[in-house]
Amino acid sequence: MAENLLDIRGLKTWFKTDDGVVRAVDGVDLHLDRGETLGVVGESGCGKTVTARSVLKLIDMPPGRFEAGEILWKGRNLIPLPAEEMNKIRAREIAIIFQEPMTSLNPVYTVGYQIAEVLRQHENLSRKQAVEGAVEMLRLVNIPNPGKRVHDYPHQFSGGMRQRVMIAMALSCKPQLLIADEPTTALDVTIQAQILELMQEMKDRLGMSIMLITHAMGVVAETCQRVVVMYAGKVVEEAPVEALFANPRHPYTQGLIRSIPRVDRAAAKERLEAIPGTVPSLLTPPPGCRFAARCKYAMDVCVTAMPPLKEVGPGHRVACVL
Amino acid sequence: MAGSTPASLTADAPAETSAARKARRFSPWQEAWRRFRRHKMALVSAFALLVIVFAVLAGPFIWPVPINEIDFTAKLQGPSVSHPMGTDDLGQDLLARLIYGGRISLAVGVAAMVVAIFVGVLIGAIAGMASGAVDAALMWVTDLFLSLPQLPLLLLVIYLFREPVKGVLGIEGGAFVLIVAVIGGTRWMPAARLVRAQFLSIREKEFVEAARALGASRLRLVLMHILPNAMGPVIVVATIDIAAAIIAESTLSFLGLGFPSDVPTWGSVLRDAKDYLDIAPHWALFPGALIFITVLAINFIGDGLRDALDPRRVL
Repeated sequence: MAENLLDIRGLKTWFKTDDGVVRAVDGVDLHLDRGETLGVVGESGCGKTVTARSVLKLIDMPPGRFEAGEILWKGRNLIPLPAEEMNKIRAREIAIIFQEPMTSLNPVYTVGYQIAEVLRQHENLSRKQAVEGAVEMLRLVNIPNPGKRVHDYPHQFSGGMRQRVMIAMALSCKPQLLIADEPTTALDVTIQAQILELMQEMKDRLGMSIMLITHAMGVVAETCQRVVVMYAGKVVEEAPVEALFANPRHPYTQGLIRSIPRVDRAAAKERLEAIPGTVPSLLTPPPGCRFAARCKYAMDVCVTAMPPLKEVGPGHRVACVL
Repeated sequence: MAGSTPASLTADAPAETSAARKARRFSPWQEAWRRFRRHKMALVSAFALLVIVFAVLAGPFIWPVPINEIDFTAKLQGPSVSHPMGTDDLGQDLLARLIYGGRISLAVGVAAMVVAIFVGVLIGAIAGMASGAVDAALMWVTDLFLSLPQLPLLLLVIYLFREPVKGVLGIEGGAFVLIVAVIGGTRWMPAARLVRAQFLSIREKEFVEAARALGASRLRLVLMHILPNAMGPVIVVATIDIAAAIIAESTLSFLGLGFPSDVPTWGSVLRDAKDYLDIAPHWALFPGALIFITVLAINFIGDGLRDALDPRRVL
């Protein structure tokens, strides 16, 4: 465990609202090794994004608050770190890309200027060197004609191209960890594949780790080595990708996998299975297993106490009594 | 948008180059200028304003007549070749006085706008970024200022501070500083509210979050990422503020509380003319027309800028 690049222990990120405290992330443990791609999956509102933003401390405080836990980055806890120290870690060591490439670039500056600014902030380069660095980054993410495109504004790029620019910007300082928060959700399928391929390529070239947040199980199967399944602010299953797909243990994971559309099943005219119900309110989470209300195997014991994560195979842990 | 290029990696290079080059022509400011030109009245107004600005700046060199040369033989004359805008009751040349007065009126307008926008942007930005108690307090102050009647406040402040400021900065300089401060100090509220609203929406934008995630400090976020995106509507308010400040200065001068009476401004010339409206209407018409045209032109320009800088509007 000493090799862990990132180690999140018992993280609780809560939000104070007028209706009460929303326990968006409620005791999450996960770790990420060097050079690994970790998938974090779960449906909307299960705490994936809040977990990711917590790592970079991008949660607005107030209303957000770290209630408990620690985020160990190379053994150093990020939670008590002052803002200036955190700004040095951002981009240089941990970078993040967001879901919406259409709005993630500042419309008033050229893309080259924006990449160059990140470089200048962190690497102490001259303006000219930084612009050269920006051209180099654009070339790296396969934008044709980078020498000219560097002077273009974001509105002159398509969605897929903007996501490439965002990746170029995020990777310009060669971080060791890239957090990708649903990087392909807003893109069409062919572009999705290209972006995932690009991320894989950049990972190999820069030797970094990726934390890929998504709700698409197909994307996870293609790109990740390990998967963490989250539900209602908690980790319910954690496994190597092959083990997860071959032998999903948690009923929620099983439901997620069954809800992937498949060509062979479509031919057999099988109906696509959905998980009934929705994520419970995080204001007053039920005391037991949070999935119990939607689980077809739920028993009495499920409603009374949350089962802890237990080891069921090599690197495979699940929070279920079954 | 014209510059959208296919995301495909196989796009052939020459097509890409020409698309990129063509797209280059539309930087945001060029695009704004293209849209501004569509607004015919704004274009005409910009031209008219340029002519007026040029006239008051270069006028004394082209029309080198002293502003205070008294000639009782030529008093209250209508427009003629020797006095294109006629003369006043002391036989002073009105064209020369209005050129000089235009300098003061326009300078007051621009300076008061700068004060108003600076204070407004500062307060709006702090309120918009801070939120919570600071925001509430600043907006409370803004509402308080908005509820004060402007003219009585102007009169009061000028009565109270005219003498001390005059002592420090001289008669003309003192009047200028006091008038600019008073007009600017009572006109910053719309800008503050606007900037706060802009900040509240822009600071939640994804590119701000992205910049923050890449290590930009708070100050950097405000100056580099939020403020430039908030400036469009502020520029529009600024133009309207110039017009309002010119009117306010004219009002003060008309009431005899502006510059000393031997210094002509458009407002003070108008005030002096009011007793002779029946026998020398030209005396009031020229300064009145200049104020009217200038203010109208600036408002049209603001209107044109609003259209040009609003990206949601298709032109």
